[in-house]
Amino acid sequence: MVPVGWYMALAAALFLIGALGMLLRRNALVMFMCIELMLNAVNLTLISAGRALNDLNGQVAVFFILVVAAAEVVVGLAIIVAIFRRRATASVDELSELRG
Amino acid sequence: MVETILFVLAALAALAGAVTVVLARNPIYSAVGLLGTLFSVAILYVVQLAHLVAAVQVIVYAGAVMTLFLFVIMLIGVDKEENREETLPRQRFWVGSVAGVIVLFAAGVALFGDFAWVPAAGDPVDQEMTNGTVQAIAEPLFTDWVLAFEATALLLTIAAAGAIVLAQFRRKRV
Repeated sequence: MVPVGWYMALAAALFLIGALGMLLRRNALVMFMCIELMLNAVNLTLISAGRALNDLNGQVAVFFILVVAAAEVVVGLAIIVAIFRRRATASVDELSELRG
Repeated sequence: MVETILFVLAALAALAGAVTVVLARNPIYSAVGLLGTLFSVAILYVVQLAHLVAAVQVIVYAGAVMTLFLFVIMLIGVDKEENREETLPRQRFWVGSVAGVIVLFAAGVALFGDFAWVPAAGDPVDQEMTNGTVQAIAEPLFTDWVLAFEATALLLTIAAAGAIVLAQFRRKRV
């Protein structure tokens, strides 16, 4: 049996890569994918902790996170498309004004 | 032994996919990398006996969410080159520092992570692992968490309605 620490380390690495992508990339779509990456890293920690504690509630929590993430993706992508229609760009650097 | 092999393979695939997401210049490659990571994480769920969550991960994430991502990438065009010059001073330094701290944390967890996991009351850890079947997940989902479950139903409805409102075509108002 692989120790839980290894799963946690893998999740930390995935979260780190996601956070770095969030900081380094300018494309709104790629930044959004990095958010998904970080969410998945957190899900992995919940599953692993649930197994280590022999508790099903970790998996239930992941279930809820999946649902909320799906809702978040729908709204986020709609916002990106709406911005692109108006400004013809997906780069967050060029979206420096609050007015449409 | 099987778990170790599966863990190593899936972990390497997940990391490779994640690195692809961040480094690929074309958003399509980023999306494919994310797809690989999602599948690898689903494998890790199966290894840990979270069967239902793994299935939902593949169906919802790898299926629905990634399709949506690819649609939007096609919609807004993939040919634009991203501007990669530095706009914030010393950005790389701070990013590197944060990354270093997290890497040290992860290494510490992996090497010295001899956790004193406290199992739920009356549940010795060495008994057989919790098996995340549909039946096993449904029981807490529809008893302890039923209010949260109904709230997510409402949330999904609101999100769908919001997406329609945001995406509908409007004439330009001047």
